[in-house]
Amino acid sequence: MADPEIKSYEPYHESRSAAVTESRPAQAVLMAIAFVFLGVFLLLPLIIVFHEALAKGVGAYTQALGEPDARSAIHLTLLVAAISVPLNVVFGISAAWAIAKFEFKGKAFLTTLIDLPFSVSPVISGLVYVLLFGAQGLLGEWLKAHGIQILFAVPGIVLATVFVTFPFVARELIPLMQEQGNGDEEAALSLGANGWQTFWYVTLPNVKWGLLYGVLLCNARAMGEFGAVSVVSGHIRGLTNTMPLHVEILYNEYNAVGAFAVASLLAGLALVTLVLKTLLEMRYGAELAATRGH
Amino acid sequence: MTKPHFRKLLGALVATSVQFGTLGFAFADTTILNVSYDPTRELYKAYDEAFAAHWKAETGETVTIQQSHGGSGAQARAVIDGLDADVVTLALEGDINAIVSKSKKINPDWRKKFENNSAPYTSTIIFLVRKGNPKGIHDWSDLVKDGTQVITPNPKTSGGARWNYLAAWAYANAHDGGDEAKTREFVGKLYANAPVLDTGARGSTVTFAQKGIGDVLIGWENDAYLALDEFGADNFEIVYPPTSILAEPPVAIVDANVDAKGTRKVAEAYLGWLYSKEGQTIIAKNHYRPAKPELVAPADLPKTPDIKLISIDDPLFGGWKKAQPYHFGDGGIFDQIYKPAQ
Repeated sequence: MADPEIKSYEPYHESRSAAVTESRPAQAVLMAIAFVFLGVFLLLPLIIVFHEALAKGVGAYTQALGEPDARSAIHLTLLVAAISVPLNVVFGISAAWAIAKFEFKGKAFLTTLIDLPFSVSPVISGLVYVLLFGAQGLLGEWLKAHGIQILFAVPGIVLATVFVTFPFVARELIPLMQEQGNGDEEAALSLGANGWQTFWYVTLPNVKWGLLYGVLLCNARAMGEFGAVSVVSGHIRGLTNTMPLHVEILYNEYNAVGAFAVASLLAGLALVTLVLKTLLEMRYGAELAATRGH
Repeated sequence: MTKPHFRKLLGALVATSVQFGTLGFAFADTTILNVSYDPTRELYKAYDEAFAAHWKAETGETVTIQQSHGGSGAQARAVIDGLDADVVTLALEGDINAIVSKSKKINPDWRKKFENNSAPYTSTIIFLVRKGNPKGIHDWSDLVKDGTQVITPNPKTSGGARWNYLAAWAYANAHDGGDEAKTREFVGKLYANAPVLDTGARGSTVTFAQKGIGDVLIGWENDAYLALDEFGADNFEIVYPPTSILAEPPVAIVDANVDAKGTRKVAEAYLGWLYSKEGQTIIAKNHYRPAKPELVAPADLPKTPDIKLISIDDPLFGGWKKAQPYHFGDGGIFDQIYKPAQ
C-alpha cells in the first residue's frame, strides 16, 4: 500500500491489529478477492464434482464405485500410497537427520537434489523410469532376462509415485531439525541413552507434528499423482490404472457419473486429509507453533 | 498427546501398510492383454465378453482379456518399451511396423497371418458437425475456410489422426490435379484451423462433443456414431464427404510375448475369431465395416452411404512403409506444414 511500514512484517501471531495499516475498504477488497477466487476456482469445482457424481442418484453412484475396474483402481491407489508413504517417511527422516545434524561434503548438493522432484515435470519423472527400466532402456535386458517386470506394473507405479513425493517429508523436517539443533540429543547421550533410544524418546517426539504434516501431504500427492503414473502405467484396465487414471478413462468413455464418482472419492480423501490437518492444528496449535519452525 | 500415543499411531500406519503389501491379485486361468487404440473400447468390451464365453464353451478354459487403450502411436511405443501385450489391435499398419522394427517382438510377415491383410474390419474418416450444420460443411474444402475451427488429433501420437490427414491429402491431391505444393498448402491451412491437437482420437471427440470446442470434428466413422448414441442425435449431425480414406486397422500377435508367456494358442484364437460370424456381427454392430459382410445378417450391417474411399496402397501414398516416414517422420511433411497456434 501507500505506506509500507516495517511493522507489518512482524510474525502474524503477534498482536495483529497493531500491524494493520490498510484502510477498511482496502481490507474488504482484499478479503473479497480472496473469497471470490477461492469460491470460483476451488469450491465451485468441488461442488460440481459431487453434483455430477450424484446426477443420476445414489444408486448409480454406489454402482459406479462398486464396478470391478473402479474397485481395482481404488485398491491399487491405496496400495501405492501404503508402500510409498512409509518409504518416504524412512527416507525423509534419514535425509533430514543427515542434513540437519551432520556436517559433510556434498550437503548442499543433497539438499538441492531433494528438491528436484518439485522442479521437474511429472511427465519427465515417468519417462526417466521408462528410459531406465523399459525394454529398450538401460536395465531392460537384464530385467527381462531375470523375469522382473517393473514398467507397466505395480513396481513402476510405486517408483514413479515415490519419485514425485520424495521431498514432502524431508522438506517438512529439515528446517525443524535444523532449528532444534543437537542440544537435546547431546543431553540424552550424556545421560547414557544409546542412539536408538535417543531417536525414539528425544528426536521423534520433537519432530512428530512436522512429520505427521509431511505424511499427510505426501499421502495426498501419492493418491492424486497423474502425470508420472500415467507414463509408466500401461493403462491396463483393472490392473494398472490408479484412481486418477481411471477417472480420465471413464470420462473419455462418456461415463460422467462413473468418472465423477471416482473423482469425488479422491476429493473426499483430500478433504479428510484437510480436516485431519485442521484438527491437528486446532488441538495442538500451541505445540505445533512451538515445534514447527515456520 | 503423549509419546506412547504417537507411537501407537505410527504402529497403526506400519500395520496397514504391511496389510496392503500382502494383498495379492487373483488371476484367472489364462490372461491375455490386448493393447488397442482409442475408439475400440466399446467394440472390444463386447467382443472380449463374447470370446471368453466362446472359449469356455469350446475348450472349458477360462480366459480373461485385459484391455489397454490409448493413442495408437503411444500404445505401440508402450509395447516397444515393454508393455506385455499378447495381441495388438492398432489403428494402422505403420504402428505395428514400428514394433517390428524397433523391438523385433512381432514377426515381419505379420500381415499374412490373418485374412484381409490382418485387417478384420475397416473404417473411414467422416465429419461430425453441430446440429443444423451451421457452418455448412459438406466437403474437405469447407474445412480450410477462415473462421472454421477443425478438431482433429495429433498425427504424431494418434493413428486416427494420420488417417484424417491422409484423407485430406487425398482430397486435395485430386482437387489440385496432383500439384504437391498446392496439396501441402491445403493441408497446412486445415491444420492452421485446428485450435488444439489431442493425443488420441477419443480425446478429440471429447473436446468436440463434451467440451463444445470447434465447428467440425474429423474422426472415425464408428466414433461419430458413438457420439450420436451418447449425446443424442439432437446435438450433432454426421456429414459424409464425397471422398475419404479406406482405413484398415490391423491386428497382430506379439510373437515374443506370447511365446514367453505360453499364450500363443489362445491369442491366435482370439484374433482369428474376429473373422467368424459372431465376431463380424459384433464389429458391424459397433459401427465398423466388417471385412466379411456376407457373414453378417443384413439388418446388422451399418447403413453407410457409398462414398469414394482411397486406399493407403494407392500409388498416391504407396503403402504405409512409404507414407509413414514421408508424411509423419521427424522432419516429414507434417512437421514442415504444422505450426502450433500462437
